[in-house]
Amino acid sequence: MLKRLMIAGAALGVALTMGVAEAQEKFKVGFVAIGPKNDGGWTQAHWTGVEALQKELGDKIEVTFLESVPEGPDAERAIEGLVQAGNKLIFTTSFGYMEPTLKVAAKYPDVMFEHATGFKTAPNVTTYNARFYEGRYIIGQIAAKMSKTGTAGYIVSFPIPEVIMGINSFMLGAQSVNPDFKLKIIWINTWMDPAKEGDAAKALFDQGVDIITQHTDSTEPLKIAQERGLLGFGQSHDMIDAAPKAQLTSIIDNWGPYYIARTKAAMDGTWKSQASWDGLAEGTVQMAPYTNMPDDVAAAAKEMEEKIRTGAFHPFTGPIYKQDGTEVVPAGQVMDDGSLLTMDYYVKGVDGTPGTN
Amino acid sequence: MRIELIRRPERSAAMAWLSPVIAVVLTLVAGAIIFAANGIDPLQGLYVYFLEPLTLPFTLYELVVKAIPIIIIAVGLALCYLSNVWNIGAEGQLTVGAITGSLLPILFPDFQNVLTLPIMLLMGILGGALYAAIPAVLKSRFGTNEILTSLMLVYVAAYLLDWLVRGPLRDPQGFGFPGSRPFTDFQVMPILFPGSRVHLGLVFALVVVVGAWFILHRTITGFAITTLGQAPRAGAFAGFSRRRMTMLVFLISGGLAGLAGIAEVAGPVGKLEVVISPGYGFTAIIVAFLGRLNPAAIVVAGLVLALSFIGSERAQIVLGMSSQTGRVFQGMLLFFVLACDTFILYRLRFVRTPHAPLARSAE
Amino acid sequence: MSMAEAIIVTIVIASTPLLLAALGELVAERSGVLNLGVEGMMIMGAVTGFIASYETGQPIFGILASLAAGMLTASLFAFVTLVLVANQVASGLALTLLGIGFSALIGESYASKPGVRLAQIHIPGLSDIPFVGPILFGQDPLVYVTVALTVGVSWFLFRTRGGLVLRAVGDNHVSAHALGYGVVRVRFLAVLFGGACAGLAGAYLSLVSTSQWLDNMTAGRGWIALALVVFATWLPWRLAVGALLFGAVGILQFHAQALGVRVPAQFLSALPYLITIVVLVLISGNRMLMRSNTPAMLGQSFVPDR
Repeated sequence: MLKRLMIAGAALGVALTMGVAEAQEKFKVGFVAIGPKNDGGWTQAHWTGVEALQKELGDKIEVTFLESVPEGPDAERAIEGLVQAGNKLIFTTSFGYMEPTLKVAAKYPDVMFEHATGFKTAPNVTTYNARFYEGRYIIGQIAAKMSKTGTAGYIVSFPIPEVIMGINSFMLGAQSVNPDFKLKIIWINTWMDPAKEGDAAKALFDQGVDIITQHTDSTEPLKIAQERGLLGFGQSHDMIDAAPKAQLTSIIDNWGPYYIARTKAAMDGTWKSQASWDGLAEGTVQMAPYTNMPDDVAAAAKEMEEKIRTGAFHPFTGPIYKQDGTEVVPAGQVMDDGSLLTMDYYVKGVDGTPGTN
Repeated sequence: MRIELIRRPERSAAMAWLSPVIAVVLTLVAGAIIFAANGIDPLQGLYVYFLEPLTLPFTLYELVVKAIPIIIIAVGLALCYLSNVWNIGAEGQLTVGAITGSLLPILFPDFQNVLTLPIMLLMGILGGALYAAIPAVLKSRFGTNEILTSLMLVYVAAYLLDWLVRGPLRDPQGFGFPGSRPFTDFQVMPILFPGSRVHLGLVFALVVVVGAWFILHRTITGFAITTLGQAPRAGAFAGFSRRRMTMLVFLISGGLAGLAGIAEVAGPVGKLEVVISPGYGFTAIIVAFLGRLNPAAIVVAGLVLALSFIGSERAQIVLGMSSQTGRVFQGMLLFFVLACDTFILYRLRFVRTPHAPLARSAE
Repeated sequence: MSMAEAIIVTIVIASTPLLLAALGELVAERSGVLNLGVEGMMIMGAVTGFIASYETGQPIFGILASLAAGMLTASLFAFVTLVLVANQVASGLALTLLGIGFSALIGESYASKPGVRLAQIHIPGLSDIPFVGPILFGQDPLVYVTVALTVGVSWFLFRTRGGLVLRAVGDNHVSAHALGYGVVRVRFLAVLFGGACAGLAGAYLSLVSTSQWLDNMTAGRGWIALALVVFATWLPWRLAVGALLFGAVGILQFHAQALGVRVPAQFLSALPYLITIVVLVLISGNRMLMRSNTPAMLGQSFVPDR
């Protein structure tokens, strides 16, 4: 009935009781995740990366994947528990694990830590994230070409820079095709609540939107799009199975290559602390096949994907203006990573204010 | 055949001791079945879950860290429930206490001296108590059901915290990410055992337990609490005010929840964040009942519940069990305890024909 | 469909699970039992409903499974609180914990799998009538079941002898027992009915509102159902109004946002809870309203004495 994918066995149990296993041959890698590994969204994307890691390194490593670890004081214990269990490389895959990761890392300088989406590093703490905004620029362009009403809907969770950056990138992409493109945004205050996401999608469609995208995790908005004969974009992974007639493409989180590279580095002693922010170029961000659109739109999307991949184009290339018209990036220049990571304003053309701020 | 409950002439002292033991044994048996159903050796499963955490210094310390807020809150709730007042919104009071207590270090980060932490703690207690006063006032003024109002206020508090740490109280140096600035120096709870996370809150928990015991058994207020709870009319005859009691126990339990909240934020969490508690306020309700509303027993119950949390984490690391197993164990344990406790006051009788009805209320 | 129609249809879908769960709880509370485990029974209904319909491909089996699961979960609560006279508040919380945990265990391998959505019915002619057609004749079957249940519960409580007995048990179990009514049996059945309704409400979430199963997907809706019962002062028709209102707050806040109305998202999300508190105060401030409808024995255990 229940599939047991995580690797652990009687032997380990016994070894632990005698004190942390000393004579392990396998390199132990631990993961801490915010949701269940089959959540169909963020955590599942990391789990898929872990599966790729296991496939690549097989018997050489032993993986422990802790799921549904709440952010806050419990996270620190979960991370330290992994250290105590002999894990030498530990990935913490949610923003809220930042402080706990740093605290535990300070206590165990010999263990290597990798924190996803954070901004604080230490000698034994690396941060890693992906440039999802690159994909959002592409889907913004597709949306502007495919929408008959010239309006897209955007379902979002929380007004953090990562999300606001995504909205702006989508809008800049759309404006490059249709300068008058409109965006309707709904904040639902959760990453994952399928019923709520579905309700938000319905509200957007009822208001005349004919394409939606989301920065929340479930497949529900796409399914609603499919039922209404309208279009949308996937999130985190390829959602084509959920909505074969509605998904135009999807921005895929592909953590596998990163996890493989970092684990190998940790094993052969070349691991160094860094702040890594990979994108299409490194394959951490991938685009699902371009479907349900005319060939020329798909070809243009592929072309843009290639331009971003090779570095020929950056989505946040000036001139970029805030809502009130102040220029943030002059023409021809590119926004620096620091400004991207702290973005808390909408670009010109997006109505409303980000979340509550 | 029918099952009938027969009231014992007096409380069964034997059952009072046996009941929790039976409940734990039943939980272990049910747990073994769950492990077996998941393809895990039941004995090994139970060992990893319930015993191994007691053998490692790291998990022992963590057990205490986890039990501190649960015990502090549960003692306050026990006072409520003893007086037949149903505050189930401790989670919200914890949240508001954490917020009010954090105002000082967030708004005046340079106010660093020996008074900082005491003021924070006091403000936390005050915040929790005031938030608890809302359902108390509504209850005594309008007769509004306090179970529902206190519960609704949990959600309101959670959204308030969410808004604050993403907006007005957000760390200006936090790159736009939610969360306040981290607390430092005089703003954090001192650690009692170096190398662990066991903080000053342990002392508070012990003081609270002893204090509650004292109030209950050595003061007229304690007598009023139990009298109003068990026999409201007798209590009224004795001149105890129901309204004043409602207010009092709500203020105490809210204040304690607020204390637990600020102690968590200034302790293990280290700053005001979106998520500051994994549901301690609700866990404490279970603990209050597991401890049969008795302060000393609540300490044991709090440690048992903490063990069920830590054990489920261990089981995940070592056995690959689902993260939700902990909840199942907690629910089962509570059910078994509630069921077994029945036999302190009653015994079962199997009868073939129903007797002529003559009724009385159990409460 | 016009926008107004579309909005009403989505409000109905958002309200139905709340109304279903609340109807069951209303009957249980009318018999004097406060079951705080609605969330736990609901989530068990959601997971079993999804699994059964996923495995068979037939939503009807999902619905049946959810009814059974809801009743089974409720019977646990009923046994402990009614037969063994354990505290109802604590038992209800235990039921919620158990339900959320257990559903996650049995649903582990079904999480986020694509399921079947229960289709909306279409009556040729009727469903196409402008405006009223889609609203009255184009909903999914469970909406009509819920409407029928609302009418049925109202009729049962106030127009039948059984309803009279149930209310008598809830208002004064000592007298009801003296009159020869089986207090425990009546309450047991009422709690089972509550479980069936909550189970069905859960299935609505995993088969109609969405077509998937996810851990903890009820996301507090069981608690809202509990609030609704008090909000409605234990009257079924007010329950229907309340559920629509709650559903509407949820849906209309999305529309307000999409129209660019500036309100903090957190405030909007907290609004239903604040409204409940205000309404709770209003109705409890009106003494007549409360006294006539509140089951006097709510939450109190009963032991027949010899």
